Amino acid sequence: MSTELTAAASRPDTTPATRPTRRDHRSAARVGAAAARTLRYAVLVGFVVVVLMPMYVLVVTSFKSGSEIGVTGQWNLPEHWTLASWTKAWDRLGESFFRTFSLAIPVAVVSSFIGAANGFVLSRWRLPAADVFFTLILFGMFIPYQAVMIPLGEVVSWLGVPKGIWTLILVHIIYGIPICTLIFRNYYATTVPLELIEASSIDGAGLVRTFRSVILPLSIPGFVVTIIWQFTSAWNDYLFAIFLSNTRNGPITIALNALAGAQSPDYAASMAGALITSLPTLVVYILLGRWFIGGLMAGSVKG
Amino acid sequence: MRHRMRRWAPALIVLSPSLLLLAVFVYGLIGWTVNLSLQDKHNARPAAGYVGPDNYTNLFTDDINDRFVHSLKNLGIFTVVFIGGAMLLGVLWAVLLERGVRGEGFFRAVYLFPMAVSFVASGVVWRWLMNAGTGDNAGGLNAVFNGLGLGFLENRWWTDPDWGMAAMAVPAIWQLAGYVMALFLAGFRGIPTELREAALMDGCSTFQLYRHVLFPQLTPVALSALIITGHMSMKMFDLIMSVSGPQYLTEVPAVYVWQTLLTNDQAKAAAISILLLIAVALVIVPYLIHVNRVEKRS
Repeated sequence: MSTELTAAASRPDTTPATRPTRRDHRSAARVGAAAARTLRYAVLVGFVVVVLMPMYVLVVTSFKSGSEIGVTGQWNLPEHWTLASWTKAWDRLGESFFRTFSLAIPVAVVSSFIGAANGFVLSRWRLPAADVFFTLILFGMFIPYQAVMIPLGEVVSWLGVPKGIWTLILVHIIYGIPICTLIFRNYYATTVPLELIEASSIDGAGLVRTFRSVILPLSIPGFVVTIIWQFTSAWNDYLFAIFLSNTRNGPITIALNALAGAQSPDYAASMAGALITSLPTLVVYILLGRWFIGGLMAGSVKG
Repeated sequence: MRHRMRRWAPALIVLSPSLLLLAVFVYGLIGWTVNLSLQDKHNARPAAGYVGPDNYTNLFTDDINDRFVHSLKNLGIFTVVFIGGAMLLGVLWAVLLERGVRGEGFFRAVYLFPMAVSFVASGVVWRWLMNAGTGDNAGGLNAVFNGLGLGFLENRWWTDPDWGMAAMAVPAIWQLAGYVMALFLAGFRGIPTELREAALMDGCSTFQLYRHVLFPQLTPVALSALIITGHMSMKMFDLIMSVSGPQYLTEVPAVYVWQTLLTNDQAKAAAISILLLIAVALVIVPYLIHVNRVEKRS
């Protein structure tokens, strides 16, 4: 199963394996093929509307002014479009917005490299007990972080790392190792033939040399997947952030929650804030979404 | 022999930093949490040393207002509604898209995009949508239901004692149904074309094709989708915190840990987290073993 999933990941937008065949049409003819097709599109479009509805509310509310914000009229367009809530949200979130980049980018890059090296060794280098090592690593992906959180705070203060972005970088890299290893292991197992490694070995190349000159040039699709995955999860994380940082030095989810979680929150500013917070991951998703989808399939616990 | 050793030694060197980090930060810290959960450690009172399993048994017998049991019930409701909803929608979307629809890429991208949004940000908008008034004063979801003539569906959503927890599953379904769809689409694409063609050649109807040929092929995908959504459900923290805040009404164990920690009762918080870990492990470990066995065979 894993093979198919990663194969899908490596070539994300292949044409579907099957098109309706003639025989499909014959059996569908009884219901009326055209009617069935129309119905299918109607349902698909209907779900598009439902899925996008919350986004619509986010956008219109963020452009309303204070007096227009009420329980009724949530679905209406603003009578007076204003950027006031955006300015207000940016004042509260701007600093943490940039700070979160300095968290998510190093996390994405470093954990991808660690994952690539591990994945290579576990899938394409004959290592005894590779399965045992892999299972030990993989388990880290599933633990509820609450189960390590309390002592983690103590270890962090014992190591002398100041709570904030630095701690979060370390923590996200460590807990990102399992998923990155999994993605690269499946990726190499399906795209790099063993003979290639053998050939490189006969040519006298050692592990480091083989990895650098043979494997890394083939790894770009794998890197796209892990970088998107790790960037998104570091950007969107809230649990580690709430334990290991605060509103002054933490990432943007903490700042957004402070803005939106108040007893009587400013809804328009909260909506603008939620959009600002989501912008980077949405941009990544729109630009690289095809690989993101593949990555989701690959990251799916070996199918 | 020398040669083989030379081959695996550098491999171990590559792996060892990761293994070491995970040994300390996963296995070591879990051990530490277990150790903590067996003590009486509360910042407000002098430590009484080891108390055995008291912290665990107290959760079921002496917990104030049965908070832990209540949070388990909440998690049960949330899990059933969330998994049920996400699976239904995900499978439906996958079936609608799997045969190659014009604009498939667009539909797939739209259904999946909520996954790129953080739970905290989606919590902000769902809190607003489900926070609406009722009757003439209805807004948000209630206004939609009224508009569609479905006024009986009107609800106070997450502030309603009967519906609060089920309502919490709505944003979770919104965010993750697309993920289930992606899994099933990959599954459909993995089924050999000949199988489908042979079935149609034998004159089977579309319904029979799915019921007797395609769906049985997808049992492993369905199993992993169940495991993944179940696992997400047990760990759900951000979404619940950002929709309803730390409310008793919608409290689940993952949130209760945090609340307990705020009262400085580390030992009790540790006990809750270990129970959560055991629950997750009971689902994940057999699955990992199963997957390993299947992979060995193939």
